[in-house]
Amino acid sequence: MDLYEYQARDLFERYGVPVLPGIVADTPEEVRAAAEQLGGVVVVKAQVKTGGRGKAGGVKVAKNPDEAYEAAKAILGLDIKGHVVKRVMVAGGARIAQEFYFSVLLDRANRSYLSLTSVEGGMEIEQLAVEKPEALARIEVNPGTGITPEKAREIAVAANFPAELVDKVADVFVKLYDVYKSEDATLVEVNPLILSEEGEIIALDGKVSLDENAEFRHAGHALLEDKGAADPLEAAAKELDLNYVKLDGEVGIIGNGAGLVMSTLDVVAYAGENHGGVKPANFLDIGGGASAEVMANGLGIILGDPQVKSVFVNVFGGITACDQVAKGIVGALAELGATANKPLVVRLDGNNVVEGRRILEEAAHPLVTLAENMDQGADKAAELANAA
Amino acid sequence: MTIFLNKDSKVIVQGITGGEGSKHTARMLAAGTQVVGGVNARKAGTTVLHHDKDGNAVELPVFASVSEAIEQTGADVSIAFVPPAFTKDAVLEAIDAEIPLLVIITEGVPVQDSAEFWAYAKEQGGKTRIIGPNCPGIISPGESLVGITPANITGKGPIGLVSKSGTLTYQMMYELRDLGFSTAIGIGGDPIIGTTHIDALAAFEADPETKAIVMIGEIGGDAEERAADFIKANVTKPVVGYVAGFTAPEGKTMGHAGAIVSGSAGTAQAKKEALEAAGVKVGKTPSETAKLLREVVAALGA
Repeated sequence: MDLYEYQARDLFERYGVPVLPGIVADTPEEVRAAAEQLGGVVVVKAQVKTGGRGKAGGVKVAKNPDEAYEAAKAILGLDIKGHVVKRVMVAGGARIAQEFYFSVLLDRANRSYLSLTSVEGGMEIEQLAVEKPEALARIEVNPGTGITPEKAREIAVAANFPAELVDKVADVFVKLYDVYKSEDATLVEVNPLILSEEGEIIALDGKVSLDENAEFRHAGHALLEDKGAADPLEAAAKELDLNYVKLDGEVGIIGNGAGLVMSTLDVVAYAGENHGGVKPANFLDIGGGASAEVMANGLGIILGDPQVKSVFVNVFGGITACDQVAKGIVGALAELGATANKPLVVRLDGNNVVEGRRILEEAAHPLVTLAENMDQGADKAAELANAA
Repeated sequence: MTIFLNKDSKVIVQGITGGEGSKHTARMLAAGTQVVGGVNARKAGTTVLHHDKDGNAVELPVFASVSEAIEQTGADVSIAFVPPAFTKDAVLEAIDAEIPLLVIITEGVPVQDSAEFWAYAKEQGGKTRIIGPNCPGIISPGESLVGITPANITGKGPIGLVSKSGTLTYQMMYELRDLGFSTAIGIGGDPIIGTTHIDALAAFEADPETKAIVMIGEIGGDAEERAADFIKANVTKPVVGYVAGFTAPEGKTMGHAGAIVSGSAGTAQAKKEALEAAGVKVGKTPSETAKLLREVVAALGA
């Protein structure tokens, strides 16, 4: 889960990372009030989970509350790379002497952590990595020991911080690692980290990604979730504990196992090329235990998507027995009654497949077509979606 | 031959008394695996009743620790079915006991826990091979099953399979059920895993009974690209590949914590191109992949 800048700022503050005062606001009036409260020059910053805000006009400096009000009017509602700005943060102004970059993140390839640090901040890090790789210090951080004060100084020296700043930035690196570690983050990034003209190191912006697998030990993380921004179908699926991702197509997909479902999306998209270009409408993994209830919940969500024209159920019975899946489908259709009104193509293979197919054949539901294999099922579902 | 385990492997189950542990202990025994006991500190000294593949009752002892289980039974493989919150401790215990092979089935392990136990395993000299977490485990049909893969899909044969995904493993074993497998290993879909594609490829390359290899990947990370480099330099046996997630949009996690396209990194297309550049034939679908594999095997005259 990616956090908004203001959420990252609040986290940083809690861990003693120096930040500027910031107040979130959802209307120009609230922005004016926030600017009055902060006093002096403020910065109005769009809160969106994407980069390039500045270039898109999502960050404006305001000298007084009236300017802040006008800035908010310009920024709220702005579309930045498909993200509509609903909220801004009004932050105190800083006099910047120098800009730096720091991040600590999960390094999948090396199964470890990595810190990236540069004394040339302010630039997009991807650009810096390409144009001036020598200016970016990449230092491995051992997950067992983390960023100790010694390690932090090693990082600062490797990044060519001037000697008089090493201890000062190292102290901030240790605190930022504390955020990373204590909050189960997979990324903590500060760009820019600045040296103010008053000689202070300050985190001016922050990007934090949290590990959803670790939510069980962070009661507060669920509250950081932006429920309003999620697709309503995705939100409803999450309430039902379903692993669902909304996509932009016409063939609803239900399968078991993340890999098989991903593969099903691809096979349906290929089949769609021969049927008017129809595409998969969603990702839905019902996992191992496809009970009638889970199947009904899943079907309910998918049929709630007005874009869906047909549904492809693709199950390989591993541990799950196909007869249970078939009973699930029959039960789900009975439960949904008249709301089940789109054709369903079902492919079953594996554990107890003969009995599974028999149950579906016997039920002979008018909406259900049995497929011989995955390719044929995908083709049939695409054909039905195109014909609808 | 097989890789990483064989019919003589002696297996203990961490979490043998739990729901999943108990269910899959029964399945592993039915598949012929030599399960010799389990671990649960709170139930140490008790036994659990199961049946072997011939239907004979077996009373499996429950031990207080992995090291005690090894001492008493001579176990050389452990499989962990413990909840995510306790997985790290279970893994550290297995590493301390120097068990040669540890398979972690548990899904939903915090990635920092995986990073920590991996760092610890390395520090301890890498004596424990770790498979997983969030994986279906490993099966050498007809010899041993340490995992949750259905044992009845297919039998022994000349193909080695390594995959990030469980159900795609089953699907591919099913597609190629007439040929059979030396070993099929599910390495898991988490961002940090123990055994990688490369480790499995190296082992299959060294295994005389494996004639051809299927490698299944999915979006996210760059493991497939690195495997492609490895294949180019080190693998002489034919490799056929499959990558899931061509239609996955950027920034959406597709079920597995590691399956996400971020920016230009981790796309299925990039992985396919890297594999093809290394001489690997890549199927567009599971069925086409199976067809390519058949062609490769036929060309070997096997």
